[in-house]
Amino acid sequence: MEATSGRRIVIEPVTRVEGHGKVTILLDAEGHVERARFHVVEFRGFERFIQGRPYWEVPVAVQRLCGICPVSHHLCAAKAMDRIVGGEKLTPTAEKMRRLMHYGQTFQSHALHFFHLASPDLLFGFGSDVNARHVLGIAAKFPDLARQGILMRKYGQEIIRLTAGKKVHGTGAIPGGINKNLSLAERDLLLQDLAQMKDWARATVQLARDYTLAHIDMLGGFGSFPSNHMCLVRADGALDLYDGGLRAVDAQGRTIFDHVDPQRYLDFIAEEVKPWSYMKFPFIKSLGPEHGWYRVGPLSRISACSFIDTPLAEAARQEFMQVAGGKPSAVTMAYHWARMIELLHAVEKIDELLHDRDLQGTDLVVKGERRGEAVAIIEAPRGTLFHHYKVDENDQVTMANLIVSTTSNNEPMNRAVESVARQFLDGVEITEGLLNHVEVAIRAYDPCLSCATHALGQMPLDVQVVDAAGQVVGRRVKGSKER
Amino acid sequence: MSADPSLILDGREIPFVPGQTILQAADDAGVYIPRLCDKPGLEPFGSCRVCVVRANGRTVSSCTYPASLGMVVESETPELQAMRKVLLEMLFVEGNHFCMSCEKSGHCELQALGYRFGITAPQFEYQFPHREVDASHPDILIDHNRCILCARCVRTSRDLDGKEVFGFVGRGPHKRLAASTGSRLKDTNADVTDRAIDACPVGALLRKRVGFAVPVGQRPYDTVPIGAPEPVQEARR
Repeated sequence: MEATSGRRIVIEPVTRVEGHGKVTILLDAEGHVERARFHVVEFRGFERFIQGRPYWEVPVAVQRLCGICPVSHHLCAAKAMDRIVGGEKLTPTAEKMRRLMHYGQTFQSHALHFFHLASPDLLFGFGSDVNARHVLGIAAKFPDLARQGILMRKYGQEIIRLTAGKKVHGTGAIPGGINKNLSLAERDLLLQDLAQMKDWARATVQLARDYTLAHIDMLGGFGSFPSNHMCLVRADGALDLYDGGLRAVDAQGRTIFDHVDPQRYLDFIAEEVKPWSYMKFPFIKSLGPEHGWYRVGPLSRISACSFIDTPLAEAARQEFMQVAGGKPSAVTMAYHWARMIELLHAVEKIDELLHDRDLQGTDLVVKGERRGEAVAIIEAPRGTLFHHYKVDENDQVTMANLIVSTTSNNEPMNRAVESVARQFLDGVEITEGLLNHVEVAIRAYDPCLSCATHALGQMPLDVQVVDAAGQVVGRRVKGSKER
Repeated sequence: MSADPSLILDGREIPFVPGQTILQAADDAGVYIPRLCDKPGLEPFGSCRVCVVRANGRTVSSCTYPASLGMVVESETPELQAMRKVLLEMLFVEGNHFCMSCEKSGHCELQALGYRFGITAPQFEYQFPHREVDASHPDILIDHNRCILCARCVRTSRDLDGKEVFGFVGRGPHKRLAASTGSRLKDTNADVTDRAIDACPVGALLRKRVGFAVPVGQRPYDTVPIGAPEPVQEARR
């Protein structure tokens, strides 16, 4: 990135995120930030080309939206198809296998994001030397941490392999159930490294906590703002990443709605389209588009759930909430701490499940009364994920609507980008290090831009600075010499 | 030379029964010649040409060409393997074969041959034809995107099921599988128990609602590559 004298700066692509996006920063004649936007410029296609396909193909097909957390789409689509075949009351073996798959993917995805994508900013500094500010820099300076990140991700991937058949893009979940159980040999393989994973997960929560608390004054003003939050919760209010009802709370933690049946999501959520992004802007209907935007993902889940049903993660959540004053945290960068609390929760749940003999059961699939329409919601690593399908009498999909977590975080990410741009880029000579501050704010959300637009094609990020007359005066494109 | 009739296949003497094709003789001798349209129990058809060999210097389809005394047959030559690979690549680009979401993955003979021949990406342009899915039958689905026109379902329905559920319509590049009634599959007497459903080497003809029931790792070609020698197949079963 080159410093620019500024009227329009383009950061393209935003790096260390999944997908292809860009940022444009508009400066006025005096060089003050007038507006900053985060655009997702990938093409949207899955909702269209899944039409006409047989419903049992959908869980395997739509997971190709993503390579980092395809299990979320696989399971969410499978949950929707459970309802299509009247098999939503899964057998214990099927539900626990799916949960194990989901906790495995949450574990690997959160480890990937923290160690590979975010840690260079946190450990080296947002404006540190770009030549070292990457995962190889981490490997050189903190080799134990880098190794730990890789092995934690590997562990999650192994769980996915043993539940879905493959580490990426498996086929385990089928309408009404699962196509395999976990053999004793497979279970024992996973038990071998479990204690190590739990130790590392605890240490990682500590690392994220210590970082947040050590920098809390700076982070409190870094792209932070109060917001509504939304997530799934269990019937008793516990954090549940796999299933439950929708809960939304406001910035004070007051309930907006609670235990909403996923089938009724359209009564509570709507989407707005804006001309400059392929991503829609969802909002809570009762509050309208201006005030109804909300955040999803780890920060929202930890803030909005009543409790966590695993002891270590619950203790960590309580401390998190204490720091936040007992209400949802406004600190965008606290996403990292919240994410690591979930990482710990995931491995605690994995521990529970691996000791549950239901995983060796042989009753794998149930079916009941056929339906023509179904909605499913799951908590993907990046936040609440909606899949909505209609299927005709010939078993072919006629309608698909997906609202992914990054779409829900669209407005918050734009606000974070604008806030950071105003704070760090206003009236100063713009450097790569300063522009990275904008990317740091985006990375806090761990966005998946290919999921968000159900993309076809490549995925790089683009940041632009535009002057008052609309002229591009600065630009940065990932993987390109274009400036 | 032994008293029984025999031919020479890639330098090896193999016996045959008069009336057998080269492919049948090779199968009996445990020598694999790649094929798609041929299926034991059906009359030889000779449409896919993947079983191409050179017999006494002539390029022929081994599934239709009769074995003869002292015939010299070449099969595993670089030239013939290259021809087979081209034929397979043409089949891949002529249809819409998206293995990643196809329930026949791991069971599909075309995919298995793709792996056998090391086809990572075809050298020809994808044609991305517009083709329909006939899901009208309550229990059976035809996905024309994946049909390779091998006629195994046509012949099985006619010769083994005694029904003639399937046929072809159109000519040249417009040729496609059709319900023999000329309309949709629901208007035929096709039944989910028909042997024709199992005859399809690819994911074109499917039983509904059973896809992906076999986990990855336990599908036939996950463990035993297509055309693996009998000892390998035995060992991995």
